[in-house]
Amino acid sequence: MHNATVSELSAALAAGKTSSVELTRTFLDRIGLMNGALNAFVTVDAEKSLAQARAADARIAAHGGTRLTGIPIAHKDIFCAQDWLTTCGSKMLANFVSPYDAHVIERFNAAGCVILGKTNMDEFAMGSSNETSFFGPVKNPWNLTCVPGGSSGGSAAAVAARLAPAATGTDTGGSIRQPAALTGVTGIKPTYGRVSRYGMIAFASSLDQGGVLARSAEDAALLLSEMAGADARDSTCLDMPREDYTRELRQPWRPEGSKLRPLQGLRIGLPRAHFGEGLAPDVDAAVRAALAEFEKLGAALVDIDLPNAALSVPAYYVIAPAEASSNLSRFDGVRYGYRAPQYTDLLDMYRKTRSQGFGAEVKRRILIGTYVLSHGYYDAYYLQAQRIRRLIAQDFEAAFKNCDLIAGPTSPTVAFKLGAKVSDPVQMYLNDIYTIPANLAGLPGMSMPCGFGAGGLPVGLHVVGNYYSEARMLSAAHHFQQATDWHTKAPPA
Amino acid sequence: MLARIDLSEAEVAAAQGQLNAIFGLIEKLQAADTGGVAPMSHAGDASVRLREDKVLETDQRERFQSVAPQVERGLYLVPRVIE
Repeated sequence: MHNATVSELSAALAAGKTSSVELTRTFLDRIGLMNGALNAFVTVDAEKSLAQARAADARIAAHGGTRLTGIPIAHKDIFCAQDWLTTCGSKMLANFVSPYDAHVIERFNAAGCVILGKTNMDEFAMGSSNETSFFGPVKNPWNLTCVPGGSSGGSAAAVAARLAPAATGTDTGGSIRQPAALTGVTGIKPTYGRVSRYGMIAFASSLDQGGVLARSAEDAALLLSEMAGADARDSTCLDMPREDYTRELRQPWRPEGSKLRPLQGLRIGLPRAHFGEGLAPDVDAAVRAALAEFEKLGAALVDIDLPNAALSVPAYYVIAPAEASSNLSRFDGVRYGYRAPQYTDLLDMYRKTRSQGFGAEVKRRILIGTYVLSHGYYDAYYLQAQRIRRLIAQDFEAAFKNCDLIAGPTSPTVAFKLGAKVSDPVQMYLNDIYTIPANLAGLPGMSMPCGFGAGGLPVGLHVVGNYYSEARMLSAAHHFQQATDWHTKAPPA
Repeated sequence: MLARIDLSEAEVAAAQGQLNAIFGLIEKLQAADTGGVAPMSHAGDASVRLREDKVLETDQRERFQSVAPQVERGLYLVPRVIE
């Protein structure tokens, strides 16, 4: 049962072939067995989960369920869930039991989903390997000596290891897509503003976006349909009608598409720079094979250029830390979270609380952020980065005149060894070189499993679509997954 | 310091080299020609929606203060700042 997809579980629940309590117990048992080795979950509370499962079963029995009623879902520990410990991977919030629900949690609760637990993550979502978590690194289920990627590494590892049918994540520079690629699952970050950030602990507000990690494009579409949609409590949340992102899954790309060539008419742009220096040969080979499969399904490949993409990592490491330094100023030991045990005066309390409560990577980014925002550097760093952000968005706009989707590798290499990059932040940051541009432009992006590279580790294919095109992106991914079986591969038990 | 973070001597030693490397990366921005380009602060340049100036939330002070380190009579306690 743990190998079934959300859509299969949904059908089984509706037909009375299983119950939410049975499903929830199955996954809680697997977590109990395997979490010691993986460290994917920070918090599990069987009583709370089973209470939700019993309520879901009663709702299904009364025929009042939705297609997700009774489905257990793991949530990244960045989403506030009422009466659940919500740590954001930090000592600063290690004692924070949230007094309220994030919009995303409200939505899944209302749909009748079960909260299976809270997943481990890089501290305040700052990291690409899950090694900055106060609760220790998550291990990659494909190889326990490798990282799962980050920052949604706990969610990715949980879905890959079949500890949860699906999980939520957030993506500021690649934090859904990169761990999805490194653990062999399907992950989508929708257009900026699709998912409300209310109750999602802020890192870089103009880039942060909630999304899904699942085992197929179809499951990702099912979950995204539930979590996306307008919310007045987040002023950047798009005021657009809710969508059913599964609606185009089975449609051909164009009406003339056939069963054998459903993607006839789809033009996929390949950014030349994403296939150049820095890309590992094993990842390159898997991605090219996947693109050949897309061609077989009817798609046409065209070369494109994103001339300013090379500047996306430096621009990101100005903008994201700048916003983070402002957002994280709220952690001062006054209203919630950690407070230093000893201090002399108010300023000393702030300094000691923050020095003891934050880990090294978070401190580093706050220091960068306050520096680039300070008088005399603001123009040269912060505004210059924002100008480059516009150039990057304009590059995409021009590219989408000649193609419908943009594809390439999600990450330059397969999962690397734990500890390999911890002392070299620049090497760590360059992991997100292919994913960051979509965040800067606010475009939707996804990663899907497309093969295996060195050491039998998964490779992800990255796809970026134009604004609001999630349903079509998911449809293209679904057609690929109907023709291939990479997404069904499970790590060795 | 603005960041309200103290670094130990060991942390300073480690941070210095790393911050230098990061600013080496960031320096690449200076070479780009951005003349006439307006800064982009937000994806899609979304304009911030305004709402009516009406109270929508209910008073949940006790619940929200239950997670605070130190509270007394509905107030957050901090070290004395005014003598």
